Amino acid sequence: MDLTLHVWRQKSRDAEGQLVTYKAENISAEASFLEMLDVVNERLTEKGEDPIHFEHDCREGICGSCGMMINGVAHGPIGGTATCQLHMRNFNHGDEVVVEPWRARAFPVIKDLIVDRTPLDKIIQAGGYISVNTGSAVEANTLPIPKPVQDLSMDAAACIQCGACVAQCPNGAAQLFTAAKVSHLALLPQGQPERYERVVTMVEVMETYFGSCTLFRECEAVCPKEISTKFIERMNKDYLAAKFKALKESATG
Amino acid sequence: MTIQLDSKIPPGPLPQKWEFAKSHYKLVNPANKRKYDIIVVGAGLAGASAAATLGELGYNVKCFVYHDSPRRAHSIAAQGGINAAKNYRNDGDSVYRLFYDTIKGGDYRAREGNVHRLAELSVNIIDQAVAQGVPFAREYGGALENRSFGGVQVSRTFYARGQTGQQLLLGAFQALERQIALGTVKQYNRYEMLDLVVVDGHAKGIITRNLITGKIEAFAADAVVLGTGGYVNVFYLSTNAMASNATAIWRAHKRGATFANPCYTQIHPTCIPQSGDYQSKLTLMSESLRNDGRIWVPKAQGDKRSPKDIPEGERDYYLERKYPSFGNLAPRDIASRAAKEACDEGKGIGESGRGVYLDFADAIKRLGRPLIEERYGNLFEMYHDITAEDPYEVPMRIYPAPHYSMGGLWVDYNLMSNVPGLYVTGEANFSDHGANRLGASALMQGLADGYFVLPVTIGDYLATQFGKKVAPAHPAFAEAETAVRQRVTRLLEAKGTRSVDSYHKELGTIMWDYCGMARSAEGLKTALGLIRTLREKYWTDVRVLGGGEEPNQALEKAGRVADFFELGELMCIDALHREESAGGHFRVEHQTADGEAERNDDKFLYVAAWEHKGEGNEPVLHKEPLVYEEVKLATRSYK
Repeated sequence: MDLTLHVWRQKSRDAEGQLVTYKAENISAEASFLEMLDVVNERLTEKGEDPIHFEHDCREGICGSCGMMINGVAHGPIGGTATCQLHMRNFNHGDEVVVEPWRARAFPVIKDLIVDRTPLDKIIQAGGYISVNTGSAVEANTLPIPKPVQDLSMDAAACIQCGACVAQCPNGAAQLFTAAKVSHLALLPQGQPERYERVVTMVEVMETYFGSCTLFRECEAVCPKEISTKFIERMNKDYLAAKFKALKESATG
Repeated sequence: MTIQLDSKIPPGPLPQKWEFAKSHYKLVNPANKRKYDIIVVGAGLAGASAAATLGELGYNVKCFVYHDSPRRAHSIAAQGGINAAKNYRNDGDSVYRLFYDTIKGGDYRAREGNVHRLAELSVNIIDQAVAQGVPFAREYGGALENRSFGGVQVSRTFYARGQTGQQLLLGAFQALERQIALGTVKQYNRYEMLDLVVVDGHAKGIITRNLITGKIEAFAADAVVLGTGGYVNVFYLSTNAMASNATAIWRAHKRGATFANPCYTQIHPTCIPQSGDYQSKLTLMSESLRNDGRIWVPKAQGDKRSPKDIPEGERDYYLERKYPSFGNLAPRDIASRAAKEACDEGKGIGESGRGVYLDFADAIKRLGRPLIEERYGNLFEMYHDITAEDPYEVPMRIYPAPHYSMGGLWVDYNLMSNVPGLYVTGEANFSDHGANRLGASALMQGLADGYFVLPVTIGDYLATQFGKKVAPAHPAFAEAETAVRQRVTRLLEAKGTRSVDSYHKELGTIMWDYCGMARSAEGLKTALGLIRTLREKYWTDVRVLGGGEEPNQALEKAGRVADFFELGELMCIDALHREESAGGHFRVEHQTADGEAERNDDKFLYVAAWEHKGEGNEPVLHKEPLVYEEVKLATRSYK
């Protein structure tokens, strides 16, 4: 099939960017969206033009490196799919496709479709872990965890930190990402000792970089791992509980 | 400098060696630890677990990755599981059995001492991961669940849906982020290591390129740890991530570290077959699928009927037929070769004829669709996304693909290379899997190395280095920096006619055709000629657009492919010298009457460690004899 692409090209963080039109011709329906871009890049290289820069690595939908706005939708038209797992059979001959980098103030463009997602790591650094040093663990089966609890925790832990939730959100909020990590840990017995402290520190760091959540739920619609906004409710509940606990403790000294 | 390969296996009976070693290593006192700088390159399972644990111990750690975040490392893509000798199933598992299975699975080409330690530590890994919040699968009673993997008759594999690598890596990543927040680890994202700095024979630093600004910088340390993964992207099409490369270990090799068993590469039996020449990578379908899926081809050659129309009696479940006691769970090297054999006989399925069926119809009938969905749902979805076929309805089409490298930099029992101060962990070293790795053992080795081995053994070296810090002003740093700059410039200035990818593809085809699942002396000699010619052409004809002082993905790749040319050559030299078949290394001249690998223990019971002698010179072979104290050498049988 042949397509017309309008791709965002930007040389560096501070440079002006613009949409540039390219022809993607003779593309196999079995190719992935990134393989289609590979083909375009090979042809650009032949012509002596700088290839389109985009981030990618595992191409199995698990590393979270890739991601672009495809006709205005993070990761493109098929739900529950990262860009690398989006296949060209979902497009038609003659389609016009607009390809842009993640759109969010917290993610400045580095080059073309590559953005800087460092603030997501900062949220993890603020408490997205269980503080246990190597060597101090107890025997694994001394800690039975009901299967439904484990399953729910795993649903949250499936997040790949791609940033699509932020990119799609009209407010550029990172609630779904943060809530996924908060919930993964807060659901497990191992996560209890730091549960309330964790949610407060993570939310505070989140708020320094990202916009506020006003429940559009667009994040959920584009999440390649289909993580539910129910986890945001969970996080908010824990956050409130933590604040009340803190109030109570300061009142009783 | 003459190279002496001392494996430093501790004395005493096998089960007490690690205990003995731990009790006799030199220690660094807690107050002195912060005075030592350690560089960790790579933050997959082996790198992140090491960096985090070294940070917890109080060392000053600098961790370098070329990704935008340490969590992107390719360990994240491991699907099926991690082995541990917990014996939770009460099915007769033990540390000894895991040790024995791994030695046998590796076709008797691994060190007993290392493998026994790995089996011992496997249980600690599960404990540690659970404490970190890794959501392993559980039974309704709340206890941990297990499944089986290839080459084994017990169920000792722990898993988190089909995302075990992801969850274990997130555990290590989160431990690392905690240390970053605490200030014990300084994280350098989007930095690529391009050289090792050696001062008076000791590893004392690295040279990096900042992938955003292009700045080339030197970093000094008291020791350097490479946890930079494997090298099967030398085949171009593999299950590895696009950026996975050999540059860090290859640069270290060229600075004096010997490269061990480069020809031991693993071709994984269950991958989605290639569908076109635009294809950039191959996707693995987890070995865990072989718990419930049955592999077959039509009995008749060229049978192009739809699988549903081929009656039971006209199907050949060839693994079940040839290996009745292990059946579909035969080890990877054996299952891959059997698939190739079936396709070579003209029984392959799909348009290309390079494929076999992995069929779940029986399992769905027996267990019901919901249970199959729960076990493999995300894998089935991934298969469906890629092929547009529904594996609940039609059997999967699969074919072998390069997946893992058992070879790597030579290390002693302490994970130190022959360059003092240079440590190598995980897939980047050669140590534990012999000539073939069993499923669910890579995660185990990466984490054993990073959490439990290296943080203990590295003190033994550091204690000898007190007060011997080398400043980055030392001329060795400037020399290495200049070499890196010249190389980058050379690639940019070739200004040739063909893209980096086109060369990589061509190299990959040579490697796959002559150094893949079946190798012959004649083929390997042909490959050596082809690689040398292509490599020369590459340096004058490659086209890398853009500049060196900006993000430039083609330039990054160009350097990696240049190293793959040299590594590919060494793989062929090693494969040519090893006149036997062992595990993943199958020489067509050395096979039994029924087509199984034929080892030659009299001549090849050793680790082949190659020393680099300068570009254009033949590498020199050093042999570390393999000593078996416990296990009796036998012909591997899974029948």
